[in-house]
Amino acid sequence: MTTKELTCVVCPAGCRITVTLNDASAIESIEGYTCLRGKTYAANEVTHPVRTLTSTVPVMTAEGKKMLPVRTNAGIPRESLFEAMKIVRATAVKAPVHTGDILVADFIEPGTNLIACKDFE
Amino acid sequence: MAAHKLIIIGGGPAGLSAAVAAVDAGLAPEDILVLERDSEPGGILNQCIHAGFGLHRFGEELTGPEYSGRYIAMARERGIPILCNAMVLSLTDDRRVTFVSPETGYTTVDAEAVILAMGCRERTRGALGIPGTRPSGVYTAGCAQRYINIEGYMPGRRVVILGSGDIGLIMARRMTLEGAKVLAVCEIMPYSGGLARNIVQCLDDFGIPLKLSHTVVQIHGRDRVEGVTVAAVDEANGRRPIPGTEEYFACDTLLLSVGLIPENELTRGAGITLDRMTNGASVNQFRETSAPGIYACGNVLHVHDLVDYVSEEADTAGRAAAARILGNAAPVVRSVKLTTGHGIRYTVPERIDLAEEPEDVRIFFRVTDVFKKVRLTVETAAGAILVNKAKSAAAPGEMESLTIPAAKLREVLASGTEEILVKLTETGGDKS
Amino acid sequence: MLYDVLIIGAGCTGVMTARLLSAKNVKVAVAEAGPDVAVGATAANSAIVHAGYDAKPGTLKAKLNVRGNRLMKELASTLGVECKGVGSHVVGFGDADLAMLEELLARGRANGVPDLEIIGQDRLRAMEPNISPEATHSLWAPTAAITCPYGITIAAAENAVTNGVDFYFNFRVTDASRAGNIHYITNGEDTLAARYVVNCAGVHSAEVAAILGENDFPITITPRRGEYFILDKAVGNLAHSTLFVCPSDRGKGILVSPTVDGNLIVGPNAYPIGDGDDRSTTAEGLAEITAGARRIMPTVPMNMAITSFAGVRATPNQYDFYLEASKQIPGVVHAVGVESPGFASSPATAEYLVGLLEESGLALTDKPDYIPTRRRDGNHIQWNRLTEEERAAKCRENPAYGKIVCRCETVTEGDLIDMLSAPIPAVTVDMMKKRLRAGMGRCQGGFCSPRVAALIAERTGRGLDEINKSGPGSWLVTKREEG
Repeated sequence: MTTKELTCVVCPAGCRITVTLNDASAIESIEGYTCLRGKTYAANEVTHPVRTLTSTVPVMTAEGKKMLPVRTNAGIPRESLFEAMKIVRATAVKAPVHTGDILVADFIEPGTNLIACKDFE
Repeated sequence: MAAHKLIIIGGGPAGLSAAVAAVDAGLAPEDILVLERDSEPGGILNQCIHAGFGLHRFGEELTGPEYSGRYIAMARERGIPILCNAMVLSLTDDRRVTFVSPETGYTTVDAEAVILAMGCRERTRGALGIPGTRPSGVYTAGCAQRYINIEGYMPGRRVVILGSGDIGLIMARRMTLEGAKVLAVCEIMPYSGGLARNIVQCLDDFGIPLKLSHTVVQIHGRDRVEGVTVAAVDEANGRRPIPGTEEYFACDTLLLSVGLIPENELTRGAGITLDRMTNGASVNQFRETSAPGIYACGNVLHVHDLVDYVSEEADTAGRAAAARILGNAAPVVRSVKLTTGHGIRYTVPERIDLAEEPEDVRIFFRVTDVFKKVRLTVETAAGAILVNKAKSAAAPGEMESLTIPAAKLREVLASGTEEILVKLTETGGDKS
Repeated sequence: MLYDVLIIGAGCTGVMTARLLSAKNVKVAVAEAGPDVAVGATAANSAIVHAGYDAKPGTLKAKLNVRGNRLMKELASTLGVECKGVGSHVVGFGDADLAMLEELLARGRANGVPDLEIIGQDRLRAMEPNISPEATHSLWAPTAAITCPYGITIAAAENAVTNGVDFYFNFRVTDASRAGNIHYITNGEDTLAARYVVNCAGVHSAEVAAILGENDFPITITPRRGEYFILDKAVGNLAHSTLFVCPSDRGKGILVSPTVDGNLIVGPNAYPIGDGDDRSTTAEGLAEITAGARRIMPTVPMNMAITSFAGVRATPNQYDFYLEASKQIPGVVHAVGVESPGFASSPATAEYLVGLLEESGLALTDKPDYIPTRRRDGNHIQWNRLTEEERAAKCRENPAYGKIVCRCETVTEGDLIDMLSAPIPAVTVDMMKKRLRAGMGRCQGGFCSPRVAALIAERTGRGLDEINKSGPGSWLVTKREEG
């Protein structure tokens, strides 16, 4: 039996969650979460931690080059963050672009997309 | 001279939210003018590209641009005029606003109500008095954030961060992901000023050391930063650097995330009473300042940790300003002062103006220290408890709130109490 | 290009000299080691136009300070630079200091300083309500004034350029030679030729004298560093005039003074240092200034400090300024060891140096088409110094004046664009800062500096990574990693 103390990163409340693992590294119990998202986070965090990646990519507009904020629409494996940044750095778009537009589909993982977070007409 | 019924100074999350709430409370959109100093609305959220905004407001985790984008859309749907590139130069206590913009030139308007929503600015190296040279490469975290997220350039390659405020933590991750090496985050206090989640996902994820009770004691480099000297501070001796603990970090950049200061130059100029602890205006529960018809909300009033609460506060101010203009505000019967007891640094509001039929009032406050296992209580001077809650932990970095129910405020009104106390009781566990 | 006169050093003394010569029919150049005019002691001092009572009677310091005080005020008016005659007090604490005040009064009268008087505690307190209750007397000098030393030096440099003077920046003199009566001055890469050379190299002036070929030069320089705090404008009115303590052998001591821009300045201390370019501040020094300021004004709110800085003065091994034509090298004039009151004296020092050049054989005749203002079309007055009506008119004329870039100091985009095409174009963040005060306010450029840098980049067709804070190597940003 081992216990892991986690600080939930799902929302700014930062709940302290305790996850107990049995000797086979399977989850025995999760305590201290205050929402279901927190419980899911804790379960993921001890087995395969994921993170939302946010960054920017250049967007060509009528007024010249601007920076378009982007994010993944779901968590990607934490260990893939740097690999993901390589794809982000190789990405550039042209206006018009709108919040929610998919810029890179199946980003790192199937079904996960890199999406725009701002409108440029 | 032009007349506008409601002038909102600032088109960030606070100003936009206040404008939307004012329209939703019945004010005609054309009676409103939002003055935004930047070239687009949205405020500082435009450069806060990280996620974590909107869980309370929208039930989902948005980035800063997405959060402000939603409010920009709401304002546009309602036809609220937003004037960009407009800087307010002065404000008087009788609500005369002088501003300048390329579109309108030099303009003075008289308003029936004004909402202050100018946000805050970052504390600087100068305010800290860090000794050493004055090279390039010493940036406030927000300034560096603008360079990277808006301008698309890197503010440096080898970075030390002083201060563990949220923007500093966010920038540690942002710069690391962009290929920079963040050597350390130094925090003079024995605890972080940022949210726990940001310590985890911005520092721990990347193995960036957080050096608590440490500060930067010297900046080196003539043209560009070449290094900084870091030292441990003595908690028992005014947090003075401890000789012999100096450590040199070769770096080209020092980022400062050492606190935010409400941007109250206009407020001060209008002679409005400021609160010594928040550096923002002293307000009632409608966020009305000491100048009748002038309201304040968001980070210009007190520095928030969550934009969701900024929007909530701005809604309150927007509705109250609309009620004043529409003439449907409930008359005040009596005022009650809020005071801070043990463990409480400040409260917003500082005063509750009670009407005949009071409504719920939510009190926001920050604690003075890091505590484990506490009870937060709002009570009358006579000791009658109005609301309380137990918490497993409380820290200055995280804003707390308690809502006094309308029924309890009716009791306050009836009792003749003139003061309400907000306090913290430690209920076991070590103070850390 | 063969110049008639080459001035080494673009501090206040060198620039004022260049400006005077620009009214004459001679071709003048200024070689400056730094990236701009006024980057040494002129940029970092107490910003006081001293009245002239401090210097010992009969010295150059005394003569040039008193005349410089009057000329500086005239120059400020001519060039449209602010200069406020706020006066100064040398504050005495008890009878022990009274003797010193009386000595200063006597010196001042001998030097020809007008309207000096010693006043008692009641009058002092009425004039300066925040002064220490222990202050008993003061020497009141109503002719002392405050201005912006680098501001007026930049204005004078623009005036000089408008009248044909060439400035060479980042030109640190490393070697000199002479063929006939022509001097060849080099920075290792480029060489400037001139018939006369004026050494105004400030803290490096003794080194430059050696480079020019002086043997057994009588003057050595000990760089002496002084540290300062600038306090927020919200407390700029705590002092109405400059408040000195009694001078000692380490200089004029720690003062508290309003600045011409409305801040409060506090400092300096004075410590000899080895490196004349070491303008770093120290924790001990800043603590010493705090203590010194509290002696004059116990309630001075040091928590309102918005910045601190240090300046380095060129302290010579003699009491007086060394202003002499070279005894060894024909055509060379030295201004060495020009420490306080070097700035207040500078317009008069310039006259004196021009006189030395004439005595050395330089023929000067008036230039008929001399332009007395900063630019051909007059003096540049910043938008925030205009009247309401003028501001409104300027915005109508050009909407760029309606866009505020620096909110703390109310600097418009129009002002910034204007400075890009000034006689000395402002192409770094610090050049803009010194000319317009963008970034000098309470947020210290947190808001405006990225915007100022972006505007310079855009308007000069460069990338943001090519814009410097000040000199070469002071880069602001680098390109993002690719791919």
